Amino acid sequence: MRLGHHLAMFVLLTPGAMAVPAHAATIQIVMENLVVSPAEASAKVGDTIEWVNKDILAHTATAKNGDFDVAIAPKTTVTSVLQKAGTVEYYCRYHPNMKAVLTIAP
Amino acid sequence: MFVRLSIAVAALSLLSSAALAQGAKLTDPQIAHIAYTAGVIDINAAKQADSKASNKEIKAFAKDMERDHEAVNKQALDLVKKLKVTPEDNDTSKALSKQATDKLAELAKLKGADYDKAYIANEVAYHKAVNSALETQLIPSASNPELKGLLQTGLKIFQGHQQHAEHVAASLK
Ligand SMILES: [Cu+2]
Repeated sequence: MRLGHHLAMFVLLTPGAMAVPAHAATIQIVMENLVVSPAEASAKVGDTIEWVNKDILAHTATAKNGDFDVAIAPKTTVTSVLQKAGTVEYYCRYHPNMKAVLTIAP
Repeated sequence: MFVRLSIAVAALSLLSSAALAQGAKLTDPQIAHIAYTAGVIDINAAKQADSKASNKEIKAFAKDMERDHEAVNKQALDLVKKLKVTPEDNDTSKALSKQATDKLAELAKLKGADYDKAYIANEVAYHKAVNSALETQLIPSASNPELKGLLQTGLKIFQGHQQHAEHVAASLK
């Protein structure tokens, strides 16, 4: 059982099999002057989002459906890995006029 | 609620009439003073809320206001220093401060849920009034492009605060 498990892992990690789940990408989303850009971004489960806050204010990326809630301190970058597919509308809890959409493919 | 609303409306018209009394001829040193004063007023209200509020969402909101307005005012001070502009006191700033002092005294008499509701209702009204002054008076009158830019960012921040305050106010009902 244990051996079989390891074997399966090995198979998954071979280059041929790697091609099936395309390698995870890193996508940058920038918050500057209370504008989120891009306002509409696309990603896949497993991708990393780099949240860049260029403002002097704290912001959050808070999913309306509760899928994620990321706090980004002033002048910092926070990364998070996408866990769940879906079209997620998100906003900043402190400045709800900051709104954007992230479309996450499975 | 009606009483509070009418107080809020009175505050709003006081602000606009004070701003209007200056005509469209506000100078950059005056504009900087008004914007800074508007921030200080909300920080003071937040500090009062921090000690008086009973609802934890209200307390959190007050902390957010204190943090944001302090950050914006720090940026404003850095900018006026850089531009070698000395903020100049004026009738609008004076009217704003007077109004704010009265409001704080009025809020100080309230307790518990009554205080929470009055504080957040005033936050909605106050940000509305400041945003309207920014849009119609301060931004159009500002001549230095960097000052104008700071006010424009300020407007977006305070519009965010207004929406945030509206959400918190709605959640209390
Ligand atoms: Cu924000």
